[in-house]
Amino acid sequence: MKSHVIVFPGSNCDRDIAVSIKNISGNAPEMVWHKETTINTSDLIVVPGGFSYGDYLRCGAIASTSPIMKDVVKKANDGVPVIGICNGFQILIESSLLDGALMRNESLSFICKDIFIKSKNNSSIFTKNTNIARMPIAHNEGNYFVSSDQLKKIQDNEQIAFQYCDQNGNVDNPSNPNGSLKNIAGVLNKQKNVLGMMPHPERAAEKILGCDDGKSIFESFIN
Amino acid sequence: MLAKIHITLKKDVLDPQGSVIANSLKSLGFDGVKDVRQGKYIEITLDDNDKDSAIKRLDEMCEKLLANMVIEDYSVEIN
Repeated sequence: MKSHVIVFPGSNCDRDIAVSIKNISGNAPEMVWHKETTINTSDLIVVPGGFSYGDYLRCGAIASTSPIMKDVVKKANDGVPVIGICNGFQILIESSLLDGALMRNESLSFICKDIFIKSKNNSSIFTKNTNIARMPIAHNEGNYFVSSDQLKKIQDNEQIAFQYCDQNGNVDNPSNPNGSLKNIAGVLNKQKNVLGMMPHPERAAEKILGCDDGKSIFESFIN
Repeated sequence: MLAKIHITLKKDVLDPQGSVIANSLKSLGFDGVKDVRQGKYIEITLDDNDKDSAIKRLDEMCEKLLANMVIEDYSVEIN
């Protein structure tokens, strides 16, 4: 499998995800600096977490204008699987590959803790192996919002990928860490080849990290 | 030409920072604060002389980058 990880100034989960992908697929991904303009033929493009451009203007807004993003958008529209995690999710939203917006956490605090998510749509390449999974979140702007018209559209198209839940899979208010609408933790594009999610599966992909639930997300499309 | 741009959250989007500011003003004794909405202020200096074409370009800048149209509104003022 050929995979690519985009690296922006301020990315800080790029090497974590590279290790996870190598462990699971056997092949190390190619790291692509954001100033490049094309990505080689790819089976998976990852937009990693971090604080690209110091979160200036809005999280992900400046990175979405980086030269490489034109090719990421083109390849995504051509059907190449693309996954954005945390800041990567914010960048995909700012690039208009995914619907909605990620606002400041309702509590106004940076939240770093383990949470549970469950997949809402088991038909996508990213979500088919994941039922309930534990993994960390670490963000200040993860409060998913979308207008009521748009919410109906993404619900009708089954674009909600993951929802925050408790350890038994109940999607309720106490298990919502950041105020996200409908406990949404991750969304898909209409074609289901682009996934954005706030939780970090790459930080929970080996037993030595305390939990390997995150592996299921990578395994679902690597194997 | 100087353009002044205000970006605020849309009316139907919850503004937790605004609520916290309102509570702080109240705790300082400023009575009668009904609601606070906060946002961003951006100044852009343009070498444009034509106001209409400048406004058109500024609208485009707001929609493409400066504001997130899903959650934010903007207003443009030119001196």
